[in-house]
Amino acid sequence: MSFSIGSAGSAMGPRSVMQDFGREAGGQAFNARIFRRLLGFLTPHWPRMLAALILMLISSMLALTTPYLIKIAIDEHIVAGNADALFYTAMLMALVFVALYATTAVQQYLLSFVGLRILTSLRARLFQHLQVLPVSYHHAHIVGVTISRVIGDVAVINDLLSSGVATIIGDTVVLAGIVLVMLSLNVQLALSAFAVLPLMLLATWLFSRRARIAFRQTRQRLAAVVGGLAEDISGIRVIQAFAREGVSATRFEEVNRANRDANIDAMSLSFIFLPTVDFLGILATAIVLWAGGLAVARGDMTLGTVVAFLAYVSRFFQPIQDLSQMYTMMQSAIAGGERVLEMLDTRPEIYDEPAAIDMPSIAGRVELRQISFSYQPDAPVLHDVNLVIEAGQTVALVGPTGAGKTTIANLVARLYDVTAGAVIIDGLDVRLVTQRSLRRQMGLVPQDPFLFTGSIADNIRFSAPEISMQKVEEAARAANAHDFISALPKGYATRILEGGVNLSLGQRQLICIARAILANPRILILDEATASVDTLTEGLIQEALQKLLVGRTAIVVAHRLSTIRNADQICVVQAGGIIERGTHDELLENGGLYRELYQRQ
Amino acid sequence: MTSKRMSGIQVLARCFGYLRPYRRITIAAYLALIAVNVVTLTIPQFIRWIVDHGIGRQDAGLVKTSVLGLLVLALIKGIISYFQGCWTETASQNVACDLRNAIHGQLARLSFSYHDRSETGQLLTRAIQDVERIRFITGRAFLRIADGVVLAIGTTLMLLLINPLLAILAMSTMPLLVWRAMSLGQRLRPMSLVIQKQLGKLTTRLEQNLRGVRIVKAFAQEDAEIARFARENRRWFSLSALTARLQAFNGPQIDLIANLGTVIVIGYGGYLVISRVLTLGELVAFATYLGQLTVPVRRLGNIVPAVALAVTAGERVFEILDAICEVKDLPGASPLPAVRGEVCFEQVSFGYTHGHRILQELSFCVEPGQIIALLGTTGSGKSTIINLIPRFYDPTVGRVLIDGHDIRQVTLASLRDQVGTVLQETTLFATTIRENILFGKPGAGEAEMIAAARAAQAHDFICEMPLGYETVVGERGVTLSGGQKQRVAIARTLLRDPRILILDDATASVDTATEQLIQIALESLMAGRTCFVIAQRLSTLRKADRIFILDRGQIVAQGKHDELILSCGLYADLYQQQAKVSAL
Ligand SMILES: Nc1ncnc2c1ncn2[C@@H]1O[C@H](COP(=O)(O)OP(=O)(O)OP(=O)(O)O)[C@@H](O)[C@H]1O
Ligand SMILES: Nc1ncnc2c1ncn2[C@@H]1O[C@H](COP(=O)(O)OP(=O)(O)OP(=O)(O)O)[C@@H](O)[C@H]1O
Ligand SMILES: [Mg+2]
Ligand SMILES: [Mg+2]
Repeated sequence: MSFSIGSAGSAMGPRSVMQDFGREAGGQAFNARIFRRLLGFLTPHWPRMLAALILMLISSMLALTTPYLIKIAIDEHIVAGNADALFYTAMLMALVFVALYATTAVQQYLLSFVGLRILTSLRARLFQHLQVLPVSYHHAHIVGVTISRVIGDVAVINDLLSSGVATIIGDTVVLAGIVLVMLSLNVQLALSAFAVLPLMLLATWLFSRRARIAFRQTRQRLAAVVGGLAEDISGIRVIQAFAREGVSATRFEEVNRANRDANIDAMSLSFIFLPTVDFLGILATAIVLWAGGLAVARGDMTLGTVVAFLAYVSRFFQPIQDLSQMYTMMQSAIAGGERVLEMLDTRPEIYDEPAAIDMPSIAGRVELRQISFSYQPDAPVLHDVNLVIEAGQTVALVGPTGAGKTTIANLVARLYDVTAGAVIIDGLDVRLVTQRSLRRQMGLVPQDPFLFTGSIADNIRFSAPEISMQKVEEAARAANAHDFISALPKGYATRILEGGVNLSLGQRQLICIARAILANPRILILDEATASVDTLTEGLIQEALQKLLVGRTAIVVAHRLSTIRNADQICVVQAGGIIERGTHDELLENGGLYRELYQRQ
Repeated sequence: MTSKRMSGIQVLARCFGYLRPYRRITIAAYLALIAVNVVTLTIPQFIRWIVDHGIGRQDAGLVKTSVLGLLVLALIKGIISYFQGCWTETASQNVACDLRNAIHGQLARLSFSYHDRSETGQLLTRAIQDVERIRFITGRAFLRIADGVVLAIGTTLMLLLINPLLAILAMSTMPLLVWRAMSLGQRLRPMSLVIQKQLGKLTTRLEQNLRGVRIVKAFAQEDAEIARFARENRRWFSLSALTARLQAFNGPQIDLIANLGTVIVIGYGGYLVISRVLTLGELVAFATYLGQLTVPVRRLGNIVPAVALAVTAGERVFEILDAICEVKDLPGASPLPAVRGEVCFEQVSFGYTHGHRILQELSFCVEPGQIIALLGTTGSGKSTIINLIPRFYDPTVGRVLIDGHDIRQVTLASLRDQVGTVLQETTLFATTIRENILFGKPGAGEAEMIAAARAAQAHDFICEMPLGYETVVGERGVTLSGGQKQRVAIARTLLRDPRILILDDATASVDTATEQLIQIALESLMAGRTCFVIAQRLSTLRKADRIFILDRGQIVAQGKHDELILSCGLYADLYQQQAKVSAL
């Protein structure tokens, strides 16, 4: 009943698409390896699993004794007319049933408990791993699909690991017992009954090959549904603004239908397989009837043996049917497990070197030494950029859109690693220090002002959740956000809705600035931080910043040149390189691109 | 959202209503089920017959023919169960598919105000997991219930025939059983609602974390995020563990009660046999049939929780489907005729939330073909005003008229087809740039698309990319620079060739040189059409026919640049602040 989602279908994401289709060719061995690794999640819980298993065996045994007790009650006590003995047997039966209840309940609880534990810890592990993966990973994967892995696929694995594994072991034990009993009754008849087993194996083999593909298909299709829905929800305003509800409905219906069909296909396979197993069971009965019947006719065997055999053959096929149903679940779980493990196995491209040290308190000298960078191998974005920012300086980056300004800011914060060259802060290559110690001393106001759902106060104190309200207000005042926040009915406690939609864009930027100020950074990066803020408010923020920035380094990206008039150095970035640098006056005098941009405004 | 609470039965009935289009195969599946049951019950009898008559009498010929007959019977059973399975699955998968389509359609219909309040994580869990639960109950689960009920009724009748007194005694545990089952269901329902909510919270946390990954990293808050997620995760765990306990200890209780019924039958029945009221044969038959009853009863124990879950799932899904759409076509709304471009606000007041007015009694009229600039401090209500023109929200008081038509009286599609909006926040889809631009007008030709891209100054940068128009952008366009995203969005809107164009800060992330090129292109493209432009830059303002100065939801001044610079203090301040740089 858990929803099971794999990864993106076609047209869903940039790189994820290619990745998924590359993996299609995984062989059978892969399958077993994944299964083994999934089993590994059970190891910490072995005492509980063992207890559950023992209880399961006890309860199976108890369940088997009750028919026997009934037989005794009827054959011995009732026929003999012994009312007292009948009473005691009935009491004994009641006791057995109570014991059966107790063992079943405890065993069920243990199994669910272990399952839930595994589920919870696996989700926590995935979440932790997602925190380690760099921004580039997240940009290449659809959020909805990642969600479906953490929430959905994990749940399917749980089904297998908790109830699945226990059932498999329990059934196998029962099966082995029955085989022994059958062999001890009559070897020949037993062997002829087992003759259907090769057929069973063949059926399972044929089924499992198709089932794996089919069930993997269902996960991918469901992921496409989740991804498509998530994307349409986040783009709903555009869809409505363009009156494109019809088109998006058609597109969604398509992935939705594909998901439905994939599920029907996969289940149809099971609907062939399960009756086949059932049929083979009756076939075994028929063989026993035939061979046994002829043997009885020849006088080689007693009727009683045949009857006993028939009872065991039907018992024999019960666990086999259970197991083959389990097989379907296993296919789902393994398909899900593949995705989850793949995510856990993804190596982060940006990681702390083992020898990385903590960044000492930053003075603020930032040097970009001959850096080149590209997001994708064949499309260089920056080449050979050299820039020195002295401690305490404010440097402005201006230039045409798409020139690489945001990219430079990304590199300084080490959200990406340079392809060549080095980013050096206070003489230390940023790759030699731990990411956390570096970023703790930086503050970033991103170009798109992202806020989390939660109160305004919580958003401002994102970098220090424990800090006092007074500090929050101070930061808000510096960002000139205090006035509008206090004018809101709930002030700082106002809940920001998803995507920050209940604030104007400019207001969101102000809160982002307050958030960066509160982080008390040594290096402040403002990427178009006030692009949507009116000039009056911007002027006020600048005055506040000027006081705040004393002794701190700042990198400011802006198109509106009024934003950067106080910069110590202005760099004009074009096509991935710095083409002009100097102060405002120098640049105007030089008569280059800067002057042109300036005159146009 | 929903006004009245539906009862559990009502919710279930509504879920099953979705089976109606598939009633043929559903009925076929239920008939097939009966057939399978009949065969299943026949086979043991047949085997017994073979043993008694064939093997017992050592009749080899009869054994051979009857064994073949058995195999034929088994084959028939297999074939029918295959179809039964497929039909059930097809019907229930279709229910899920239809429900998801309905949710998607409803989300597309629900206006901005609903989406302001809703959370993606919550919507996703409902559309995926809750629908899955409904699917389960409308498919196999209910089939099993029906199966059990048929079996139970048949067996009960048999029991009553054999010995009414004993039967009633055996049935005496029934009320207890039903009561336990019901109370289990009743206790599970609120709990599963809480769990589902918690899972939604977990999903939302994850979603927020993924969307804000740059912020999390830039502020080195990974550990705090992990702790926060762990907290929700633990809560989910303890809630689920509680439910698991409830289920583990109460589910088998149903089994226990049924089993104790058997004990009573054997004990009291045995006593009856001993006192010669009942024959032994009758008691054995009785015990056998009673044994058959345990199967459906045990099933009940498993299915009660599933039903409880399905009911909560249904409630959550129908909450979306029943949500009231605040902006929708009035009955009898007519399409808006080709627009000339006159836009009038009559005494418009508006607030996003009750009691918090953003716009106060706004009135103005814009002539066709004018370029109107809106200027004002952050949060003064500029975006709010333009949100009312394509009817993203309806005014609380007053009317918005286009060419004299109250826009509430025309169809939404015809209105939005003629009003092109570039929203302040750029959202692109995770697909190729081509598809993103063509989103504006799916049937447009190549030349038309390139013309739009050129006007938005996007063509050049697109061509510089290795894959050109086929470049796939990240979710929401994350793999483009801010200005590139905005230009693709502008191209998307221009391609629609709207009669009224709204640019909400559409070039905030574009450099001044490029912006000017866009303006020049727009001038010829938009000649004779009404334009609303929101911008902070002076360069934009100088071109406007009229500038509205907004302050706290009111228009405090309007006029041309030259007039305002003299008459309006706020405008002069805003202007001066930016012009200062030239004085430096
Ligand atoms: N995540 C990414 N993956 C691939 N390419 C990217 C990514 N981010 C940016 N680019 C490309 O890198 C180039 C530089 O982008 P960048 O965001 O640095 O520009 P910018 O100077 O900040 O522009 P703007 O002023 O528009 O914000 C652009 O061509 C852009 O398409
Ligand atoms: N969806 C919403 N729900 C509740 N309040 C909102 C919503 N959208 C905006 N507001 C509030 O309405 C006011 C006006 O917002 P609006 O977006 O119109 O401002 P704006 O003039 O466009 O500002 P900016 O220049 O920053 O874009 C603000 O105080 C904002 O907090
Ligand atoms: Mg940028
Ligand atoms: Mg706005």
